[in-house]
Amino acid sequence: FSRVNMPVFPQYLTPKQEEELRNIANAIVAPGKGILAADESTGSIGKRFAPINVENSEENRRRYRDLLFSTDKSLAENISGVIMFHETFYQKTKDGTPFTKVLQDKGIIPGIKVDKGVVPLAGTEDECTTQGLDGLSERCAQYKKDGAQFAKWRCVLKIQQYTPSYQAMLENANVLARYASICQQNGLVPIVEPEVLPDGEHDLETAQKVTEQVLAFTYKALADHHVYLEGTLLKPNMVTAGMSCTKKFSKEDNARATILALSRTVPPAVPGVTFLSGGQSEEDATQNLNLINAIKGPKPWALTFSFGRALQASVLKVWEGKDENVAKAQAELITRAKANGLAAVGKYQGGLDSAAGGQSLFVAQHAY
Amino acid sequence: MPSFPQYLTSEQENELRRIANAIVAPGKGILAADESTGTIGKRFASIGVENTEENRRCYRELLFTADASVAENISGVILFHETFYQKTKDGTPFVKILKDKGIISGIKVDKGVVPLAGTDGESTTQGLDSLSERCAQYKKDGADFAKWRCVLKIGAHTPTYQAMFENGNVLARYASICQQNGLVPIVEPEVLCDGDHDLETAQKVTEQVLAFTYKALADHHVFLEGTLLKPNMVTAGQSCPKKYTAEQNGKATVVALSRGVPAAVPGITFLSGGQSEEDSTLNLNAINNAPGPKPWALTFSFGRALQASVLKAWQGKKENVKAAQEQLLVRAKANGLAAMGKFQGGQSGKASGESLFVANHSY
Repeated sequence: FSRVNMPVFPQYLTPKQEEELRNIANAIVAPGKGILAADESTGSIGKRFAPINVENSEENRRRYRDLLFSTDKSLAENISGVIMFHETFYQKTKDGTPFTKVLQDKGIIPGIKVDKGVVPLAGTEDECTTQGLDGLSERCAQYKKDGAQFAKWRCVLKIQQYTPSYQAMLENANVLARYASICQQNGLVPIVEPEVLPDGEHDLETAQKVTEQVLAFTYKALADHHVYLEGTLLKPNMVTAGMSCTKKFSKEDNARATILALSRTVPPAVPGVTFLSGGQSEEDATQNLNLINAIKGPKPWALTFSFGRALQASVLKVWEGKDENVAKAQAELITRAKANGLAAVGKYQGGLDSAAGGQSLFVAQHAY
Repeated sequence: MPSFPQYLTSEQENELRRIANAIVAPGKGILAADESTGTIGKRFASIGVENTEENRRCYRELLFTADASVAENISGVILFHETFYQKTKDGTPFVKILKDKGIISGIKVDKGVVPLAGTDGESTTQGLDSLSERCAQYKKDGADFAKWRCVLKIGAHTPTYQAMFENGNVLARYASICQQNGLVPIVEPEVLCDGDHDLETAQKVTEQVLAFTYKALADHHVFLEGTLLKPNMVTAGQSCPKKYTAEQNGKATVVALSRGVPAAVPGITFLSGGQSEEDSTLNLNAINNAPGPKPWALTFSFGRALQASVLKAWQGKKENVKAAQEQLLVRAKANGLAAMGKFQGGQSGKASGESLFVANHSY
């Protein structure tokens, strides 16, 4: 029959493509599981190596990730996926097995960081957007071929006197939506990360309101770009006051503020929220995640973790770059993974001791 | 740091939240009896009743003096300005009659649609002038919620960005002003069912409209926990040659809502549009039984779909009042069950199967 008199919405994802994306997203946020964010760029991993006096060489980067991914397969009980940086994605174990295969054999889904870092927005008060769209479709197709099932792209917003500005929120949301759209065309689940930095002295309420604004811009952009929400994940900051805020807030306060912000902005169609840990210590990140799951409120999405520092701080501390410490370091990873797996279902009892458990991992103006 | 001046106290937030939750309590929904003078005239014409002020008063008295058990399924009633200040024969204000039954009074506050120049028959809705003062007065006089209807149309090139943005914005301004005055705003971005578009198109347009709506509410700092949404159910156009089941409509509706309505919104009170009484109930039931994330209440705010049989039974005659009220109770109960996904079907009324479609419906 005539289709002249209605708007047109060309099919851009087949039902099969939708199903595949949906299945991957749901597998990542399966109950008790979350993501190990091991996608530190070359520069960033150097900052992790420095405190333990490990040289930032390609071989050391390979050795370190080998340590992580060769951990006992029980790791997969709590780690559903690992995000990798490009170099790592194509590295292998000592005996020549690609890391992606090592992970797949454990039932862990490989993911790939695809953004190319932040760049300044001229005319703003030190705000930025994120680049990486050029040739992204071809890159995603290749990563998919080579074993990736999901991708990640990080945008950064800052709370200062007059920021985040409308411009920054609109621009970052738009670039996230373009990235997400391109990923889905190539069978990768896009993890959408609009991080509001904890730098500053703003209070919890301000952090909450800014997070709400940023998320509102994000989901409007995803809607405008026809992104298939059921095949995406969100990686937001937990809502906490600024690192230099003089007033202290309880973890319950943080959890409540986080749920409020999400419930006001994240459509129920999104299968899961995988929080970043930011500058929080391992133990704080776990306890905050636990409370987010334990408190009451409308929570139609899974609430789990995508932790970098908060899963690796103890691992690094124990490893110190030495082969003889590998097994002990791997044990630390399992401990933190298990703790966060419990927190992701609101059942963490606290106190699972880790080597760096209580240390703040805050790095001012953190950029990868 | 950026500044977000407090614009609703905790007490105000709690009150709005309490009212919204009461309206969408399990098994309950809204009787939309806010037909404007012109619109109620169309209803009366079909049963040969003259459109006088007294007849309008008579008819609403019939509705509001129905047996107290109606409050088991009707949590609130939306009224038109004239009706809001009318009384029963013995001089009791309608608002008091409803309050005594435990039913919350609501007030339609928009002033109708106006054309958007340069568009293909699109519109926005007016009524913002002095809205704050009007809301304050209605609140004083017994209203606890308000309603404002915007209209979007599916055509070859519509709804346009302009229409979606403008209607989203005016709904957000209305909602903001209501909340300042203690009224829960029911936000109604109706996508009309006129047209021959299929179910998928209706779903996608509804998703777009909802995205614009909730972005505007976010931009205007509307307290979502103290609002309700009154959307269309997602159905194919009235003239679509392809037919769909209630189950398909239910699924499409839940998908659209799950993509566009934040979980913080306590409830969704569907309009019935041109659907027959029975279809409205069946579709509402199907919506409640559809799979998917459904963190909000899913209930009704029906006008025609609660009143068609009532009007038919009444015929404007005093001797038919009891029978007409009985029809209201039957439809209220049916929809109360549907709001919990428990409707078994076939509670027939005198007009239950009749389509109530009016082309290009405006109030």
